[in-house]
Amino acid sequence: MSSSPAPALGLEPQSAISAEIVAIEADSQHAGAEENQPRLDYPPYRSSRLRHPHRAPRTVDPETIELWAPCFGARDVDPLDADLTIGHAGEPIGERIIVAGRITDSAGRPVRGQLVEIWQANAAGRYVHLRDQHPAPLDPNFTGAGRCLTDGDGQYRFQTIKPGPYPWRNHRNAWRPAHIHFSLFGTEFSQRLVTQMYFPGDPLFRLDPIFQSITDAKARERLVAAYDHDLTSHEWATGYRWDIVLGGGRRTPLNTEETP
Amino acid sequence: MTTPTPGQTVGPFFHYGLAYAGDNDLVPPGSTGAVELSGRVLDGAGNGLQDALVEIWQAGPDGRPPRQQGSLRRDGWTFTGFGRTATSRDGRYVFSTLLPGPTRPGSASFIAVTVFARGLLDRLFTRAYLPDDAAALDGDPLLSTLPAERRRTLIATRGERGYVFDIRLQGADETVFLDFAAR
Repeated sequence: MSSSPAPALGLEPQSAISAEIVAIEADSQHAGAEENQPRLDYPPYRSSRLRHPHRAPRTVDPETIELWAPCFGARDVDPLDADLTIGHAGEPIGERIIVAGRITDSAGRPVRGQLVEIWQANAAGRYVHLRDQHPAPLDPNFTGAGRCLTDGDGQYRFQTIKPGPYPWRNHRNAWRPAHIHFSLFGTEFSQRLVTQMYFPGDPLFRLDPIFQSITDAKARERLVAAYDHDLTSHEWATGYRWDIVLGGGRRTPLNTEETP
Repeated sequence: MTTPTPGQTVGPFFHYGLAYAGDNDLVPPGSTGAVELSGRVLDGAGNGLQDALVEIWQAGPDGRPPRQQGSLRRDGWTFTGFGRTATSRDGRYVFSTLLPGPTRPGSASFIAVTVFARGLLDRLFTRAYLPDDAAALDGDPLLSTLPAERRRTLIATRGERGYVFDIRLQGADETVFLDFAAR
């Protein structure tokens, strides 16, 4: 633990990363192709350099197993798992929030009874993880992992604490915008999604190479929750709504309850 | 049609959110019919990723997609077809599972694989084909369209306790990753 800022020896300045971010987005706009997913080859995110395939993915027709997704249910998930503010001796520190939304496929059909997993930093921007060396306090009353199943309309809902932004070592003075990690399953294997939900109006958005790896501003907006006063509850918690669309899902709704 | 939500990297801190007891043991190791599927996740320099997450999804020996709950709370008896594991410091992963049967008579058996990692901005899909039925592999609609050196990256090899399937994210032996078109 230190009480002063960490040295940043050898790390590049934010200005170098930002210049790359701006140049890539300009190229993308110039090319005019709609980019709805992050680029895997995105040099401003330095850790991606040796971890992105050079070849384009091979397009295939899904085989039987790929037309189905794992089946999770009441046996897997306790309803209390959706409340990240309980399970400890006391109340966690921070801004209590509700995060809720609806999960659909590309055709707008609800993804029913499927698993949603989340994990996040605490209010001070610290993860309960051995490799997180950020000298911000851990909260003995907050772990930051939760699960739920979507209901019959595809709705999910968590109660948690608003996470703080945190520093990382992509470059000098690099800070991640506050976010909650989401892991989602659809009705088909191909719909598997791991992503991050952000909070509206974060000043770190334009500086963050992970968020900016989605080069289209409209697509980036799909990761930003909306403040929802109807989700906010009196003298208790503020509410954020974030709807999720899982691509794919070509089986018809009639087939979803069939046995294979 | 609505535009899909973009993916983002799983980041370095997923372990306490996604790992769970028994996540990589679809069946108890050493139980009747259990085989090991193991391998390493490697970067473009050939180094193992210590912060990757591998998931598998597969048919049972009967060739049918399992429809059983219980992947997150294993009871040791129910085969759910889903497993997940974080890689170790040298990039290694290990599953204990059953051999998937062919989903159609004569079709090639494979295990569907998803890879996540810090530094990888979206998940990657691939297939670990079992090597045993050469005729089925030759007739497979995907494998039969690939040159030999690419096709090889999708076929697991026989190992001491089962099968070995390395996943190379980048480079000359880069694994063939898949796209299911609708996204």
